[in-house]
Amino acid sequence: MKILQRPALPHVDAEAALAEARRLIARKIEQPARRAFLTRSLTMGGLSLLTGCRISDNDSVEAALGAISRFNDKAQGLLFDPTRLAPTYPASMITRPFPFNAYYSEDEVRVVDEASYRLDVTGLVADRRRWTLAQLRAMAQHDQITRHICVEGWSAIGRWGGVRFADFLQRVGADISAKYVGFKCADDYHTSIDMPTALHPQTLLALTYDGQPLPPKYGFPMKLRMPTKLGYKNPKHIQAIYVTNVHPGGYWEDQGYNWFGGS
Amino acid sequence: MEHPATPASRQPIHPRWVRLTHWINALAVLVLVTSGWRIYNASPFFPFQIPNGITLGGWLGGALQWHFAAMWLLAGNGLAYLVLNLLSGRLWRKFFPLSAAGVGRDVLAALRGRLSHADPRHYNSVQRLAYLFVMLDIVLLVLSGLVLWKSVQFPLLRELLGGYEFARRVHFVAMAALVAFVALHLVMVALVPRTLLTMLGGRSGNPS
Repeated sequence: MKILQRPALPHVDAEAALAEARRLIARKIEQPARRAFLTRSLTMGGLSLLTGCRISDNDSVEAALGAISRFNDKAQGLLFDPTRLAPTYPASMITRPFPFNAYYSEDEVRVVDEASYRLDVTGLVADRRRWTLAQLRAMAQHDQITRHICVEGWSAIGRWGGVRFADFLQRVGADISAKYVGFKCADDYHTSIDMPTALHPQTLLALTYDGQPLPPKYGFPMKLRMPTKLGYKNPKHIQAIYVTNVHPGGYWEDQGYNWFGGS
Repeated sequence: MEHPATPASRQPIHPRWVRLTHWINALAVLVLVTSGWRIYNASPFFPFQIPNGITLGGWLGGALQWHFAAMWLLAGNGLAYLVLNLLSGRLWRKFFPLSAAGVGRDVLAALRGRLSHADPRHYNSVQRLAYLFVMLDIVLLVLSGLVLWKSVQFPLLRELLGGYEFARRVHFVAMAALVAFVALHLVMVALVPRTLLTMLGGRSGNPS
């Protein structure tokens, strides 16, 4: 197999060849400062590309980030422990006043009429009747003082009371092997959650805030309260609840907020 | 990794995995810091905001997407770096021993412009301290980030870091420390540009 071996170069002066190679290489790296400056300039160029935010507008970048966000939904589903409780706090730690937050300003808060209010329950449930507030208030009530964490980063401690969502789902004969529960609200908001979170013991159909019926700004007549999820996953003024296996998305989620939104 | 048959001067100063993890880390840090600034701006807890022009993501939702994508890169790459550093013994070889006296001596020497960078294989005490610090700082960033991302799911970590709200401050201060390190690091690279070549694959043959 001599044929695969490099032929010897008997007439080449090894010392001279080495010297030549050194010279060639030295030329390439003789001005490290200049190279460093160029490299840094390239980095700064890359930085300015990133910071113009234009890179996020690129369709393929957006698709990649969306795919990672869905991967993060799965990762959070795996991390979610259905028996782990969010911390609770003494009444003295309640944030006063509790901040108002919505996709609209406080003077646009919807006022829902109590007498005509009905809660629609549809989808994969055995009992699709409509609920009145009185019927919801007649179920076992639970109270919690927990931390509400907003996707913006701030947090506030509040006190909510109402029906355990797991009790409610059981009462309406929901198919708890279904993947999602969706919510439609009187303020044109909509969102959806995973079934394990829906069944978490601290997930409440909240009817009261700090011992009083929910004021309109906190979501009268009823909001979903989950201390295991970020604020935008906690819909207010809920009018319809549906159990489904078709991913329902949500108001913010469809714009790019992470769907699982767990904490 | 070492090949005694090869002359030392022809080997890269830094093994391939160090160079690779260094640049992946640099990219992850760039994305995480600039997107993190945008997230901070959504609800600042200090009396200042970061100019939006130097942030990444365009809006809060976009910044969060970048942040929660690059976090995997930082954590995965950082874990690979730490494991390789420990298993190869490089951590002990390169960064220890480290003494307060040594750091003091080298800081004084550096301020007088007398700190030698003749052998890029050898880290002086200030370098050792700075690189060990930034390793620990990034570990702290990942841990405090975990508390912010999943405060309910990591109760022990949350309590160790003083609860959700305190962990936000820890995350910010650790970011500021990282940015300060990067600034100093870039100044040092500008002063001793040969170190940039070594991180790009340069060999120790005397280039000057």
